[in-house]
Amino acid sequence: MTRTARRTLQMTGVGVAALLALSACSSSDDSSSAKSGPTGSASAPASDKVSGTVTVFAAASLKESFTALGEKFEKAHPGTKVAFSFGGSDSLAASITGGAPADVFASASPKTMKIVTDAGDASGTPATFVRNQLEIAALPGNPAKIASLKDLTKPSLKVVLCDKTVPCGAAAQKALDAARLKLTPVSYEQDVKSALTKVELKEADAAVVYRTDVHAAGDKVEGVEFPESAGAVNEYPIVQLKDSKNAEAAQAFIALVRSAEGRQVLTEAGFLKP
Amino acid sequence: MDDSRTTEPDHSAASGPGAGDPAPDGLDARLVVERGAFRLDVALRVAPGEVVALLGPNGAGKTTALRALAGLAPLTDGHLRLDGAALERTPPESRPVGVVFQDYLLFPHLTALDNVAFGPRCHGATRAEARARAAEWLGRLGLAEHAGAKPRKLSGGQAQRVALARALATGPRLLLLDEPLAALDARTRLEVRAQLRRHLAEFEAVAVLVTHDPLDAMVLADRLVVVEDGRVVQEGTPSVIARHPRTDYIAQLVGLNLYRGQADGHTVRLGTGPSITTTEALSGPVFVAFPPSAITLYRDRPTGASARNLWRCRVNGLESHGDQVRADLTGELPLAADLTTVAAAELDLHPGAEVWATVKAAQTHAYPV
Amino acid sequence: MTLPATDRSGAAADTLKGGPRRRLRRRSVRTGGRGLGRGVPPALLVPALIGVAFLVVPLIALLVRAPWHGLPAQLTSAEVWQALRLSLVCATAATAVSLVLGVPLAWLLARVEFPGRGLVRALVTLPLVLPPVVGGVALLMALGRNGIVGRSLDSWFGITLPFTTTGVVVAEAFVAMPFLVISVEGTLRAADPRFEEAAATLGASRFTAFRRVTLPLIAPGIAAGAVLAWARALGEFGATITFAGNFPGRTQTMPLAVYLALQSDPEAAIALSLVLLAVSVAVLAGLRDRWMTAGG
Repeated sequence: MTRTARRTLQMTGVGVAALLALSACSSSDDSSSAKSGPTGSASAPASDKVSGTVTVFAAASLKESFTALGEKFEKAHPGTKVAFSFGGSDSLAASITGGAPADVFASASPKTMKIVTDAGDASGTPATFVRNQLEIAALPGNPAKIASLKDLTKPSLKVVLCDKTVPCGAAAQKALDAARLKLTPVSYEQDVKSALTKVELKEADAAVVYRTDVHAAGDKVEGVEFPESAGAVNEYPIVQLKDSKNAEAAQAFIALVRSAEGRQVLTEAGFLKP
Repeated sequence: MDDSRTTEPDHSAASGPGAGDPAPDGLDARLVVERGAFRLDVALRVAPGEVVALLGPNGAGKTTALRALAGLAPLTDGHLRLDGAALERTPPESRPVGVVFQDYLLFPHLTALDNVAFGPRCHGATRAEARARAAEWLGRLGLAEHAGAKPRKLSGGQAQRVALARALATGPRLLLLDEPLAALDARTRLEVRAQLRRHLAEFEAVAVLVTHDPLDAMVLADRLVVVEDGRVVQEGTPSVIARHPRTDYIAQLVGLNLYRGQADGHTVRLGTGPSITTTEALSGPVFVAFPPSAITLYRDRPTGASARNLWRCRVNGLESHGDQVRADLTGELPLAADLTTVAAAELDLHPGAEVWATVKAAQTHAYPV
Repeated sequence: MTLPATDRSGAAADTLKGGPRRRLRRRSVRTGGRGLGRGVPPALLVPALIGVAFLVVPLIALLVRAPWHGLPAQLTSAEVWQALRLSLVCATAATAVSLVLGVPLAWLLARVEFPGRGLVRALVTLPLVLPPVVGGVALLMALGRNGIVGRSLDSWFGITLPFTTTGVVVAEAFVAMPFLVISVEGTLRAADPRFEEAAATLGASRFTAFRRVTLPLIAPGIAAGAVLAWARALGEFGATITFAGNFPGRTQTMPLAVYLALQSDPEAAIALSLVLLAVSVAVLAGLRDRWMTAGG
């Protein structure tokens, strides 16, 4: 008993140490003393004033494309660094309203963006920069021959949906309602990536996810488009945050995302133009 | 040594290993256990009804020998036969062996009755049968009223008897006792020792006990096997061993001064040192022994020539035992001498004091090696 | 904590008043033996109190911020009861699985010397450091429909574990069993193995000795381990949602319900957490009291 207690204590110690290390990392945005005031010359991406670290909170579905854009940004503005935090839009919104230090927020739904704007944490009005559409992710080769949303209601199929509390789940429900379909999935997943993982691991036969997720999964899943998805398109808003410590860089990054160059990267990842 | 048994050495000597032909019944073992640098190699033959004590200092291998007999330590070599059946490869649970452990190891979660009933239950008795047999054993050992008590409520002596009852309840052909009295305080010990002796005398099969206490060994056992450093150094009846110790360890145990030397008539020469005059006339290698109480001490060299065994010594240390003082002497001959407290005071003994020690030849005892 | 402190100040007051000597002495003895003030070095007391605060303050915050007015609505919701029932059933089943497999495993690790024992011990405790979500993925790869073992389960017996209540039990047992194994192994190592030897000399086989002697002796350690495992299983989230998914009534346990509620309705999430907290405290306190009286 005592032994166990000691071991447990040691482990707790490790855990605490890890926590400390994490918090140390996140608080080390010794970004820039270059605070040249809010001059707001936003549209000039090659401005020499841009420097330091810009922290971007972005929806998980943006991971691949934003990472690519971040590299472009750092190349275009030597001396800058883009720090990303990808996650569920809701968790990110909760972090921001809870006081997490961030410069830019890119959400997967207007609803989660509203949480941030309602809390008064946004600076300016959010702008929609891409849209995302639902798609069915089926097993490679589509062995179940899924061709429509209705095919998913076959009782022999194991289908996973996102939970209704997260954007992809809400969108899927909207599409199902529009098609007057009743679908009982085997699971309501916590986010779109978990839903996709279930298909990738062949535990589920199909999932309703975003086009971009099917795109990112490569040949591990096969995408099946369905017309009802048009009625449940998700808009992705982006905004600069009020507590931003590096307003110039934040504006410059948003500008890059909304530029033609940025749009190209995003459409390559499967996003639709706004 | 004041035990009555010392006056009747012949009875047990007859059943000892010197008796000749191996008996079909009883224990016949050669226990070889190697563990790292330590090697135990002990031969034991014990007749049914005989009680043998393995006596030796700590670390001599006595307990290892006991564990080997019980099957708890595997034999490296040798053999183990009990009533003619080979047991070397038999696991402990299948050996007809009962063990009383040093701290008894009574199962703390079971009552005295269930502790004793445990063995019979494991041997296939029903719960009721096992309990009946356990109750009978507890009654026989005078513990009937403690049947329902958990071990922690029992006194040391009671726990010891429950452990004995538990070991006997399976009807073993070999009873092993590991330091059966070591866990008891001095007063209980006296009483329990007498009881245990009675129970062992009633036991009809082989009993082997392990102890480092010569008194326990001499009171409880018919025959002693002295083990030092993994080997048997001497065995025999308590009285023989008490009178004729063959190692310093045994001599100390029985409280004798012991020397080894070459005898030539009445004189025994101890290596390059002094010689001792004895009553026995012997030749060749011998032991000479005499008790500490046979020594007389003087501060000045005694003038009377009566004592031929006269040595010059120095007091190394003094230890008080009741009204006796044990003086540890070095010098020509290392000696332990007993004298009264009064005598010690009159002689003004203190560590470093120079003394003369004498022993009358009549009080020495020489015997061949 | 407050009682001895009161005693102490009482004793001090007596001293000031020159109160009765005998009473004073008895009191100060009691204080000296059990009180906080004497004999507790600040080097231990201060970190201990900070530790208590560290563990308790977040729970207090949960209570302070709880939407008490919304609580009745939560408590009458069928979905909450469903999740709570499922949580209790699955955590208890996972504890049972851990006991059946974990106690013999602990015995093996503590009592039998075999090559690679240290490695096995390390492997067995690995789920403790594995992020639960990774544990869930690993379970899918092993026991999923397409997993290395699960494939055979499916084709031979028609059993699939993911998305089932059994899957929840499997995921919780996977995460909780190491706690039980470590706890029981520690108790076994502290227990005197010579009791098993004594049983052997009385004719007990190794299994009988384990069942009739060892098991009763280490019962308190097993109970403590089972409580740890149960508590861990009750709070399990990552492995469960990854391996068994989330479907109300079938695999949605309380932690899953709490997490998903947090996405849309943080107040409901807090209310749900409080329900889970209250139930666990009630169960653990109840068990503890029973042992205390049983253990004497």
